[in-house]
Amino acid sequence: MKWRETKPSLANQPARQIETIERRLFFRQGLSLGALALLSGCDVTDDKSVQKILSSMSQWNDRAQAAIFNPNKLAPEYPESAITQPFPFNAYYGEDKVRVVDAASYRLELSGLIQEKNPWTLAELNALPQSSQVTRHVCVEGWSAIGKWGGVRFSTFLERIGADLTAKYIGFRCADDYYTSIDMATALHPQTLLTLRYADQTLPPKYGFPMKLRMPTKLGYKNPKHIMAMFVTNMYPGGYWEDQGYNWFGGS
Amino acid sequence: MITDTTTRSASSDYVLVHPLIVRATHWINALVILIMILSGWRIYNASPIFDFKFPNGITLGGWLGGALQWHFAAMWLLVLNGFVYLCYGVVSGRFKSRFFPIAPRALFNDILDALHGKLAHHDLTVYNTAQRGAYVAVIFCAIVLVLSGLAIWKPVQMQELTALCGGFMGARIVHFIAMALLALIVVAHITMVILVPRTFPIMITGRTRRSS
Repeated sequence: MKWRETKPSLANQPARQIETIERRLFFRQGLSLGALALLSGCDVTDDKSVQKILSSMSQWNDRAQAAIFNPNKLAPEYPESAITQPFPFNAYYGEDKVRVVDAASYRLELSGLIQEKNPWTLAELNALPQSSQVTRHVCVEGWSAIGKWGGVRFSTFLERIGADLTAKYIGFRCADDYYTSIDMATALHPQTLLTLRYADQTLPPKYGFPMKLRMPTKLGYKNPKHIMAMFVTNMYPGGYWEDQGYNWFGGS
Repeated sequence: MITDTTTRSASSDYVLVHPLIVRATHWINALVILIMILSGWRIYNASPIFDFKFPNGITLGGWLGGALQWHFAAMWLLVLNGFVYLCYGVVSGRFKSRFFPIAPRALFNDILDALHGKLAHHDLTVYNTAQRGAYVAVIFCAIVLVLSGLAIWKPVQMQELTALCGGFMGARIVHFIAMALLALIVVAHITMVILVPRTFPIMITGRTRRSS
């Protein structure tokens, strides 16, 4: 597996200090003109304090969304005729940079608060009960598209591996160096799908082969592709976009 | 007890036009609306629904993530402040006494007068019909903005609201149109304040000299 040469350890990484610093720099530039123009003349122009308020409001919004989240409320499902053709490719890189993971040597790694941490092959994942859904993928940018995904109910998988279902977070590490994490309530939602297929075909690389996590109850950036490892934890794991300022809960 | 009917102030030469709660909510709202619109333009730019973008230089947030942070922080203040204002307006009877009636013919004539630059503002304790129409329209726009905003933010948890807006894209369009209408009224509002500058200090002090 090529990706492992550059990323020796995918499980539980310690605090990502460099990224935190990068993120702060990003924001210093990010707040820029608008904020300064708006708040000029006041002492509130200090970007750090403004950013502190915005970050804590974002955390407040995480809590508000967790409270709003209804574990029994299903995302609308659509007829197959409503599927968006072609379903758009989207990532933090261009389509020419899509990672290709080797199916034969693929092993899903498990760690953290899980009883059975044996790695899973694709054949083993495909042998679990399968289901499918035609749902709307909503991007944080404002566009949306309808697609058909098939795979294993994530709650089924979590029960099978003996995950601690009272833990707070599930984190994901991906072959394209993407990473993100979700709340347990969403993980157990009936439409949260360990996705192995798109439009009844094996998930193509551009949609996240060998596996993505599909959650119609969350924005696109919360749906990781090319998942190589997952871990159950009570320590906040953050995420690629979340560490730069996207809202962590990202619920829809 | 809360009363509104243009209360006499202590020194009887002055009348209270805008009680403190109206002035406070007005200025908080002015700031919040500015933040919401400027950050909203940046969010719009990430995936425009029409054939144009807003110049990034006049938006707030620096990038999509920053704009979203501003938007979703300020929304709480918008709703909280708006709730206080609406409750006060209804309970005090201010809405009833100041905003109504709005006779369609008078509204039409007033807007026509305003466009010709001869809208009467003799008595600042009474809103003319153009003002009444504009202020009621602002409240209406704000309510539509909050509801369509919720529909965009929570198309699953609040899917009934999203469906009411005509789906996810419909909600984005409704949100945009309500913003455009609100921005238009704000521009007209500021223009009128510039044309009739003695209305401005009243929104700060709340009082004006009794008209003869």
